[in-house]
Amino acid sequence: MAESTTFTNATQILEPFRGVKKVTLEEYFTSGHRTCQGCESALVMKLMVKAAGPRTIVLGSTGCMYVANTTYYTTPWVVPWMHTQLGSSGSAALGTAAGLKALMRKGKMKAEPINVIAFCGDGGGADMGVGAISATLTHKEYNSLILLYDNESYANTDIQLSGMTPFGAHTTFSPPGKAKRIIHTRWKKNMAGMMAAGHPECRYVATVCASYAVEMMNKVRRALTIGGPTFIHSLDPCPKGWDYDPMLSHELGELAIETGIFPLYEVEDGGVKYYGKTKALVEGRARKPVREYLLKQGRFAHFTEEDLEYFQKKVDEMWEKWEIPAVVPFRRLEATKAALEVK
Amino acid sequence: MAVATRPAPAAAEDKELLISGSEAVAEALTLADIDVVTAYPIRPYDTVMQAIAKKIANGQLVAEYIVAEGEHSQFEIVKHASTVGARVFCGSSGVGWAYAMECLVVTPPLRVPMIALVGNRALDDPGAFGVEHNDALFVRDLGWLLCWIDTSQEALDTTLIAYRVAEDRRVFLPLAISADGAFLTHSQALTLVPPKEKVDRFLPRYNRGDLLLHPDNPITVAPQANEDWVIEIRRQNNEAMARAYTVIEEAYAEFRRVFGRGPENPWFEEYMTEDAEVILVGMGTISLPIKVAIREMRAKGRKVGLVRLRWFRPFPTDRLVAALSGAQALGVIDRDYSFGSPFGSGVVANEIRAALYNAARRPPLLSFICGLGGREVTLEDVYKATEMCYGAAKAGKSDPKTHWLGVRE
Repeated sequence: MAESTTFTNATQILEPFRGVKKVTLEEYFTSGHRTCQGCESALVMKLMVKAAGPRTIVLGSTGCMYVANTTYYTTPWVVPWMHTQLGSSGSAALGTAAGLKALMRKGKMKAEPINVIAFCGDGGGADMGVGAISATLTHKEYNSLILLYDNESYANTDIQLSGMTPFGAHTTFSPPGKAKRIIHTRWKKNMAGMMAAGHPECRYVATVCASYAVEMMNKVRRALTIGGPTFIHSLDPCPKGWDYDPMLSHELGELAIETGIFPLYEVEDGGVKYYGKTKALVEGRARKPVREYLLKQGRFAHFTEEDLEYFQKKVDEMWEKWEIPAVVPFRRLEATKAALEVK
Repeated sequence: MAVATRPAPAAAEDKELLISGSEAVAEALTLADIDVVTAYPIRPYDTVMQAIAKKIANGQLVAEYIVAEGEHSQFEIVKHASTVGARVFCGSSGVGWAYAMECLVVTPPLRVPMIALVGNRALDDPGAFGVEHNDALFVRDLGWLLCWIDTSQEALDTTLIAYRVAEDRRVFLPLAISADGAFLTHSQALTLVPPKEKVDRFLPRYNRGDLLLHPDNPITVAPQANEDWVIEIRRQNNEAMARAYTVIEEAYAEFRRVFGRGPENPWFEEYMTEDAEVILVGMGTISLPIKVAIREMRAKGRKVGLVRLRWFRPFPTDRLVAALSGAQALGVIDRDYSFGSPFGSGVVANEIRAALYNAARRPPLLSFICGLGGREVTLEDVYKATEMCYGAAKAGKSDPKTHWLGVRE
């Protein structure tokens, strides 16, 4: 295993896997968990830690991937793993990295780069824990990766809406009724864009989807290699929360990308790079209509044509009106454009 | 009977500094070579963080110093640093301590020996900077060791003792040191600062052993346990707390051996109690007006004494009963409240009532609430409480109702 040369932010150099056949065979997330059939988040855990390798500490904030993954005596984690509180993925990553760094630089522990990964769900990460994640992304002297597995609801506690639940979705906190068809009228937070835009010294932010497993693992490897605090947002189809046949998990992940609802990109040192099928969309391939994605899921079964049109319009805006399509929602005013182009 | 409260003469190698309680804690943290410290501003505890920041800026202490974005993160960061083997320090006051509450709850079952300074402060609302003990008392049932200090010297000494006790594998529990806001955190006194070599003899390195979270020791910490195991884990916590009695006694004995000073009785200070008819009980800096009042009253023939509790968790039940049950009457002065509690009494009064329940002799006990929100406890308050205690002694019984002292009607 190669190591980078400077100690302060020394990291493991994890080269990308060049194709599925080059992926290592060792598993660090194995049997013992009891997630649902078709659970993409469990797959994300497995790929995440496979990409990171054995010299890794994983911190897991409360959520499905805690409760369903680590029953006492049947833990699936081969690497050291520890629970952290619902809103604490940022603090867990920071505290673990700071503890290791202090002990190594004071000679109290053998110096070596150890990967620190903290994961959170959309509730723990984008709602309750967003402040702590934001703080951690400003602490550039500590190496850690925060991975947000986004199954678009508080799926462990009975499918309640989060700030990441799509507009109009049926959850137990937003049931469609006779007087109100749509209870959840908010548009989903733009987490990866927010983290990249708001933390200029965070060197790496990416979005991933486990439907594209090798690329997903390579983004994790890139984040861990580049060092400092990094952030990855993974979109994880959830059969229980989204109400679909578990066999469709991968297909729904693909459709989320092909419809342009969820873009795949990485922001490294401020540079935005689209990849995978999102890159094709940017280069001109037509986006599939959002209805192809939405109508495969029971949580949108109450949608009328009006709702589908509204959803399509909002996604179109992401691609046609945002300054950096599907990444940054700012728009330059005409006056501003002129001012910027005067040079 | 301990009367003298001035520090023992300095050993040749000790430095004598004029420092506040917070600064004394920072001196101890430097000597203890802490590894990770997290800060967040709230008065009055934050003076300790200002002192640590200077130590780090001047190169006297090498530690990861992190300014968090709130108390929740502040405590969670050091919790995780401790699990990978770092010696950690944290602290807060008032509603800041409340904001961290979720993270305070999880440290005892995780067996994280973090040390926290609580600069006692009234809870909101309304806003007040002054001392009340309710903030620190939030954790009294949770497995935190909890003590109150009275002087800068005690702040320094107790901080060193705290690490030795909390990091003892028989205990492995978090420990909160409570210091009265302003009266101690901000008040300076001459304090002996021992040399590092002595501290190294007294304080072993933090060794997390088989609980270390590290790739060489790939354990899973705090899996979902539910009703299968939770009650066993709670009992383990309780047993660790019970073992702390021995560990605290040992630590103070060793402290006296290494540093040549420190109290014989770790649990509470006894001031003129040997022949006392009335014993007053309190925690923290309330001892000062009480001691002055006692001297005044003794000059007039009133045999009054003070027990100042240092350790609240674990509660020194047996020693306290032995020290108190011989008096003709007891007056417990709480700088806290517990609305709706038995007799509306403060927390300390009801703990002592419970401790005395099985005692062969139970003196009448009067309960007082005084000095909330940082209001000064006056000599008049103490005289009044004492006279009421004499009344109960004469009657041979006490009305259990609680008396609020120094309150505008």
